[in-house]
Amino acid sequence: MTSLLDVSGLTVELPTPAGWVRPVNEVSLRIDAGESLGLVGESGSGKTMLALALMGLLPPGARVKGEALLGKNANEVEEVKEVKEKSAREPGVALGKNLFALNEREWRAVRGGEIAMVFQEPMTSLNPVMRIGAQIEEAIRAHESGLAAGDVKRRAAEALRRAAVPEPEVRAGQFPHQLSGGLRQRAMIAMAMAAGPRLLIADEPTTALDVTVQKQILDLLDRLRGELRLGLLFITHDLGVVAQVADRVAVIYAGRIIEEGPAREVLAAPRHPYTQGLLNASPTLERGKLSPIPGSVPQLTALPPGCAFEPRCSLRRVECTVAVPDLRVVDATHTARCILV
Amino acid sequence: MPSHQTAATAMNNGEIILEARELRKSYRRGGGVFSNEAEGPRFTAVDDVSLEVQRGETFAVVGESGCGKTTLARMLLRLIEPDSGGLRFEGRDLLGLSGAKLRAERRQMQMVFQDPFASLDPRMRVGEIVGEPLAIHHPELSRTEKQERTAAMLQRVGLAADALKRYPHEFSGGQRQRIGIARALILRPKLVVADEPVSALDVSVGAQVLLLLQELQSEFGLTYIFISHSLPVVAQVATRIAVMRAGKFAEVGISQQVLHQPAHAYTRELLAAVPALPSQ
Repeated sequence: MTSLLDVSGLTVELPTPAGWVRPVNEVSLRIDAGESLGLVGESGSGKTMLALALMGLLPPGARVKGEALLGKNANEVEEVKEVKEKSAREPGVALGKNLFALNEREWRAVRGGEIAMVFQEPMTSLNPVMRIGAQIEEAIRAHESGLAAGDVKRRAAEALRRAAVPEPEVRAGQFPHQLSGGLRQRAMIAMAMAAGPRLLIADEPTTALDVTVQKQILDLLDRLRGELRLGLLFITHDLGVVAQVADRVAVIYAGRIIEEGPAREVLAAPRHPYTQGLLNASPTLERGKLSPIPGSVPQLTALPPGCAFEPRCSLRRVECTVAVPDLRVVDATHTARCILV
Repeated sequence: MPSHQTAATAMNNGEIILEARELRKSYRRGGGVFSNEAEGPRFTAVDDVSLEVQRGETFAVVGESGCGKTTLARMLLRLIEPDSGGLRFEGRDLLGLSGAKLRAERRQMQMVFQDPFASLDPRMRVGEIVGEPLAIHHPELSRTEKQERTAAMLQRVGLAADALKRYPHEFSGGQRQRIGIARALILRPKLVVADEPVSALDVSVGAQVLLLLQELQSEFGLTYIFISHSLPVVAQVATRIAVMRAGKFAEVGISQQVLHQPAHAYTRELLAAVPALPSQ
């Protein structure tokens, strides 16, 4: 079975006054249909830049190297297939092609149609002067220009219902500011899902929400994943949230994946000192001695020559300062970028 | 409030440093400067809340957005005037004070804010930001004395000596929060209200700041009122926890009790929603 998304050697470079920096450095990852990959990192780790690269939304001037392939529709569920066949969209314009070689017209078919994204703060990503329903209809029309007005409306209401928005017809007629934070995030998810994407990138989608609302949104994403065999790339800094939503976890530090493996295994028996440090610094309901990681995340303009975590690492050795360690195999499904593995 | 009584009896030996009686604050909903409605319906942000904070403890107020915790925190320092109720600091009535007498009390009570990016004046050097309270409350100090105290406090919160001459934008979020803490502590207050002090920080940095706050508490004999939306964060620092909802305390009690034998359904709901890590 081929993966839904296969990224290899993705490097993003941005120009700064101090020269080119690499917020994303040689990142490889894959996501299968119906699978959830948690991408964990602190601010400045490159996790958002990675997501923007996969959406073709990098800032102007950015240089991209590497490859991202969207798999074939082999295991698409009937419901989605039916929706897509009825519509007049171009079938699979990007299948088997490197996303980073697409032109803007092809990107427009991919964005929303194959890969969609929800952001941390729905208030800044929704149009404040446009009714919720109209925004979702716009997302549908962008991909299926041939649909009749009535069908578009029906599909928009259906999208809201699937995102468990209560009274979808009423909400469709309201403006974003009339909705609570949780409902706004549901509306964002409805809009992202409206054109039937197969991969959803969720960038800190619950960070601005209360815990009780966060739980509802996480449950919703999990249900969509199961029902639609949706692939999910869930970006967060919160290890507790990752434990809740992810099948696999990739930990990113200074632009590189430093550990990857099954979520339970990585969180219960982390092999990279940074992952261990993050776990020991995460507050839980049990009172214990928190052990912070000393220092702070390095500036991309001043990365150490060897392991980027070496200056903060309590287990560092001389070798760590010489070269960036390779990802080493812990077991068949688990890797870590540390010479101690 | 029965649960409040229990908590108070369980810790009956402490001396009360701050006491609030039925504090209340309501706002007019809607309206605003562009509205021609003189009176909208009123919304009660804090609804007759009473509490007693004991010297040396960390009293945490936990609740979701809009529950009134920030309004309460600000009323406790008289940064917002309550509509009604009583407020005593070391037995002295705070609500009746104004002018120089209020300023003298305020010196004892300081605040640490959530957003270390918004709460520091970007045009002031760090030395001026941290030293400003000294200039206001201790005009008798010489320039050198002020600078020495400022430098010592910056060093104590873990910043290098050259921080004095630099600007806030040159520092990371965690370092800025240290600057905010240094400013709050420079007058050696007795009570510090920390409003979501680690919510804007990364996990590894947030843990550094929590530990620093704990060290400073025992070193300077501080009493903390710790406002947060996060039960896991509060679990690390609180001696007692008040769970707040819709302007009232749903439950108040000793930290371990509230976290592990919650009495109120809402506390149980909040606890159940916290994503758990697998045990290592």
